[in-house]
Amino acid sequence: MKKLMLAAATLALTAGMGLAAPVRIASEGAYPPYNLINDKGDLDGFDIDVGNEICKRAELECVWVKNDWDSILPNLKSSNYDAIMAGMSITDERKQEIDFTQNYLPPAASAYAALSADTNVGEGAVVAAQTATIQAAHVAESGATLLEFATPDETVAAVRNGEAQAAFADKDFLEPVVAESNGELSWVGEDVALGGGLGVGIRKSDTELRDKMDAAITSMKEDGTLNGLIEKWFNETGMYFGPDGTGVPKAEAKITPPAS
Amino acid sequence: MFEYCADPKSLEGLVWLSCYLTSGTHMQFYASFGTVLLLLAITAPIALLFGFGGALAARSQVPPLRWFGKIYTAMVRGVPDIVFFMFVPIALDQLFEYLRSRVYCDTSVPVRQGSDFVVCAAAKLPRATSPEWMHDAYGFFLAVLAFSIVFGAFAANVLYGAMNAVPAAQLETAEAYGMTRRQMNRRILIPQMWAYAVPGLSNLWMILIKATPLLFLLGVEDIVYWARQLGASKTSSFAYPHPDWRLYYFLAILIFYLLMTAISERVLRRLMRHLTKGQATLAGEAMRKAAA
Repeated sequence: MKKLMLAAATLALTAGMGLAAPVRIASEGAYPPYNLINDKGDLDGFDIDVGNEICKRAELECVWVKNDWDSILPNLKSSNYDAIMAGMSITDERKQEIDFTQNYLPPAASAYAALSADTNVGEGAVVAAQTATIQAAHVAESGATLLEFATPDETVAAVRNGEAQAAFADKDFLEPVVAESNGELSWVGEDVALGGGLGVGIRKSDTELRDKMDAAITSMKEDGTLNGLIEKWFNETGMYFGPDGTGVPKAEAKITPPAS
Repeated sequence: MFEYCADPKSLEGLVWLSCYLTSGTHMQFYASFGTVLLLLAITAPIALLFGFGGALAARSQVPPLRWFGKIYTAMVRGVPDIVFFMFVPIALDQLFEYLRSRVYCDTSVPVRQGSDFVVCAAAKLPRATSPEWMHDAYGFFLAVLAFSIVFGAFAANVLYGAMNAVPAAQLETAEAYGMTRRQMNRRILIPQMWAYAVPGLSNLWMILIKATPLLFLLGVEDIVYWARQLGASKTSSFAYPHPDWRLYYFLAILIFYLLMTAISERVLRRLMRHLTKGQATLAGEAMRKAAA
């Protein structure tokens, strides 16, 4: 009888160990430098680097999944993967659907890019933005006519071929595009800070995973590795995390470069 | 792929192009042509089967079966494809997982937690511990099923019309010979209806060939996804920076689609000639006269 109970206990233990399934994280792969498909065909980018570091610290085994932006929320809620790291800003609207960890990038500036610097981007203008983003919501509120596209790259193409007067997107995405356009594109007006920064999207019912990832992000903020990754992927003018976890310019941030 | 591709930034001209066109992403692009062909090869017969079942059900003398056939064709044809592909695969996936959870999980835990759908690890399809190809295969399976349901409904309507187009006099003659309804269906109705069905079905086939971009909504990467991904302008943070080249990629896909269409038309024309032989249709009559 004792032997039988011991066997049952071992079985229960090993079965419990079998439950440590990999955490599946979804990304879009079309939003450099946040997430992109590198030339090997794998997901790469800031989101992926941060995600891998989070998994290492939280002692989770992680698998990356590519998913279309349009269906990225329904598939999370349907448990087809466990987390979203796809340059997704924390907004009140999304918080009604899913939970977020604390931000892993401070609220970033969004900017308008157009063919000339004096383009009108307010009332009466046609402005391109990616579907279902905070930028799209901002354009809709600004009084300009919103032209939505499935990928951010198409918004820039729309400006080049005259379909839209300006494109509105994260400045970190537009920065290299504008810089390498040989003067064809230029910035319009002031930068706009939107949203609550980027967070990892997690099912509301999955509080355990959220707490684990939250703790990992806290430790990455404390020892400066998160700032190191920001430095690796973004340009000089980007925002970094200060000691209290709020956004500060680069000079005031503690930066620990990534090991490799 | 080639050894001289180690440092792409230092290359120029044709050498650069040869490296560019053999990069990992391009290999996946070429492989996606196979994915599309495989999807077509599996979906077409299954959709035809669904359509056949739907048409027979809609003609059935048993009322519930007839209602089912009519509702299936009317409802599925009325829903926009993109809505269908957003909703149905997720719904099917949840249905399968729900059924499994009733067997493998503690049934006192609800599967709906707020707006989340959660089942225990044992009921997940595929299991979280499964290798990546299982997840891909499952996504592909859901895609085939969703495509089959949609195109099956259209095919059912085509076949239903074709069955009604078979001259009533022929069926009455069969009845006069004492055939049962089942014998009439098998010997008279079905062999003759194909001649009426093939033009409509060939239309559907052409539409199916071009409907594959919906695949990426289900996480399956098809040729249009890769063309958009690879053609998008690449800044210097990529190994192979280039401006917006989507036009060239979409031209390549255009050629593929035109080739598919040309081959299909040829095959369908031969099939049509075979099916109209000896039929009491205009085309069949013309063939008879030409031979005489």
